[in-house]
Amino acid sequence: MKFKTFAVFVGPSVLMMLLFIAFPLVSVFIQSFKITQPVYETVQMETCTPGFLTQTCVTEEKSVPVLDEAGEIVTQTEWVGLQSYINVLEPERAWAALSAGDWRAFQSIDFWKALRFTLTFTFITLPLVLGTGLAIALVINNAARRVKGPVIFISLLPFIITPVIGALSINWLFRGDGILTATMERMLDRDIALFAQAWTIEILMMVYRVWHVAPFAAIVFYAGLQTVSSDSLESALIDGASRWQRLKYIVIPHLMPLIVFVGMIHLMDTYRVFEEIVGFSSQGHVISLQWLTYDFLQPDQSGNRSISRASASAMLTMVGIVLLLIPPLKRTWRDHRGSH
Amino acid sequence: MKLKTIALAGTMSLMSSVAFAECAYENTVPLKSLSAGFEAWKVVTDAMAECGNFEASLDQEFREKQPEAFAADPALYQIGGVANGTMVPLQNAGTIRPLDDLVAKYGQNLTPNQLIKVDGKVMAVAMMVNAQHLMYREDILTDLGLDVPGTYADVLAAAAKIKEAGVVDYPIGGTFKTGWNLGQEFINLFLGEGGEFFGEGNLPSINNEKGLAALEVMKALTEYMDPEYLVSDSTYVQQQFQQGKIAMSNLWASRAAAMNDEAESQVVGKVKMAGAPMGSAFPATTIWWDGIVLAANQTDEQAEAAFQVALEGMDEEVVKANNDTSIWLIPGYVPGELAAGAAASAGAGAKPYPSSVPFGILHTALGNGLADYLTGAKDAATTLADIEAAYVTAAKEAGVVE
Repeated sequence: MKFKTFAVFVGPSVLMMLLFIAFPLVSVFIQSFKITQPVYETVQMETCTPGFLTQTCVTEEKSVPVLDEAGEIVTQTEWVGLQSYINVLEPERAWAALSAGDWRAFQSIDFWKALRFTLTFTFITLPLVLGTGLAIALVINNAARRVKGPVIFISLLPFIITPVIGALSINWLFRGDGILTATMERMLDRDIALFAQAWTIEILMMVYRVWHVAPFAAIVFYAGLQTVSSDSLESALIDGASRWQRLKYIVIPHLMPLIVFVGMIHLMDTYRVFEEIVGFSSQGHVISLQWLTYDFLQPDQSGNRSISRASASAMLTMVGIVLLLIPPLKRTWRDHRGSH
Repeated sequence: MKLKTIALAGTMSLMSSVAFAECAYENTVPLKSLSAGFEAWKVVTDAMAECGNFEASLDQEFREKQPEAFAADPALYQIGGVANGTMVPLQNAGTIRPLDDLVAKYGQNLTPNQLIKVDGKVMAVAMMVNAQHLMYREDILTDLGLDVPGTYADVLAAAAKIKEAGVVDYPIGGTFKTGWNLGQEFINLFLGEGGEFFGEGNLPSINNEKGLAALEVMKALTEYMDPEYLVSDSTYVQQQFQQGKIAMSNLWASRAAAMNDEAESQVVGKVKMAGAPMGSAFPATTIWWDGIVLAANQTDEQAEAAFQVALEGMDEEVVKANNDTSIWLIPGYVPGELAAGAAASAGAGAKPYPSSVPFGILHTALGNGLADYLTGAKDAATTLADIEAAYVTAAKEAGVVE
């Protein structure tokens, strides 16, 4: 293809990527090093609010932002270097807790608490998703031609459901005396409260995530299964290889690039775990890195947002994803070079 | 039978719409409002719409949209519905207009109690109040020979008896959901102890014996609650009441009417209202108001029309037709049984919710930080110290603390 034609085809997409991904990213990166805040002055002020029958008036000192002539809030922007990152990471407290061997104190710092959960969540669900996905793919592959369509459809269903809705429905099934909790209570004849402690919520979240994502892995693996050479499978059969040996020595090595691909996508997705936290409203027990960023951005009653800390936390999340992706990317690179 | 009920309902709704349709005049200036979406706002904005040329947005996310929409010039909405907390960002940005001239011209029917004054100027007109107060199952307390609890010590003693009797799943319900709700519970109790949230220069002062006392009460209450209290919000507690699972709760007055909703509730007529339990100084609750503000970025002509329409929505007829929807501040309201709790709390000296910029930050820090104490991850003093530290970090970022 001529370079010009190539450029014309790729141009719009590159432009969009620059506009909607690269520039915002740079902007967030810059934001994380500065703080913009209104200038406040303290004024003596009387405020009257309704009581039940008569008003309550209080005079007190209030911090009020200064307005300029145009009626806009006067703001000042300050370069603070790594201050926002320090505010998020709280390295001093973290180090003190760690060197005292106090895991609990360490886990009471938001960022590290979120990181602990995010990593556990990512690494426990990864093999489960790959395994379940492969199992579903094998089932589909071995299903009779007549039922193949319906089986594919049913196994894809969880993936089609909007994540937040899916999480909410699991929440309602198990929350309080939800249908499933009530059934379990009847079977075990004891009171069960799944949302009363962190570990049960974490298990529910992981089960939900595997249930939700496994179909994606399955459909990719199923496509891969169609390309396994039947010659090698047949010769293995003649050599007396068992079903398990065929899977282990022929099918899985053949699918390896796809497994790495699905694994990478899964790492990227789960490291940004968010819907589960919101859907299960688990903030009291478990938080994730992405949720932390969201929480910094949420305005409170008086409209304050922590933009700088949110930016810092977003950058840290990105760094985390990049670190996680280095090993699989290295592997792909090696394979790629090897094949040429 | 069914047909009859439907026909009856039809006539009733017809009658109520007739009652609404009486706007004293025809509004000619196009107007828009943005407010929260609960029942009282629906009633009021429906009545405003009767005057014509009026469009209401009832939006649960109004608190995020309002500051931007009012900062636009001209403002995207002429009328805004606010509460104590949500007025602060508008007030600070100078995007709402003083109403003194309009009150003087059109506000003859307003009571002085309705006028929200900041620095001597009327900035909002309130229409209703809301507060958390004690709701209890009268039948259970009577059966067990218990008095209506007046303090948290009484509440805990009664809860112990109810638990022993085993008449409900959990004696106490609480809006202890992590975040805003949980923070609010601490604020109630801390105010009840007579605490001051801030010292010099907006620095927090919650890590003291009053804060510890508040935390102790919270922990003691959770012993009698559904163990999943950290996910239970007002709606969840309301449902627990309606399904007869709890016997007492310090719940929002706006939820009172639901207890007698025959379609949902199994305890119709059994839930009674009393003042919020006392701390050592004040009732452990805060009083909230809801009302209207006018955008600063509109012409005088628009503002005048907007104010008239707003008053038309908040007049005596509307209140008379919807007496039990809310605790109205508007003349014509007859306080019923459902308002008894809020009235008792107010009578005992309950404080208004102390909204301000630093307080918004503190509320968030409390809401995020308290769970660690209740789950046992931290002790009380550490929890309060950490919340203070979290507040200071956020307050420095926002610029209210040096």
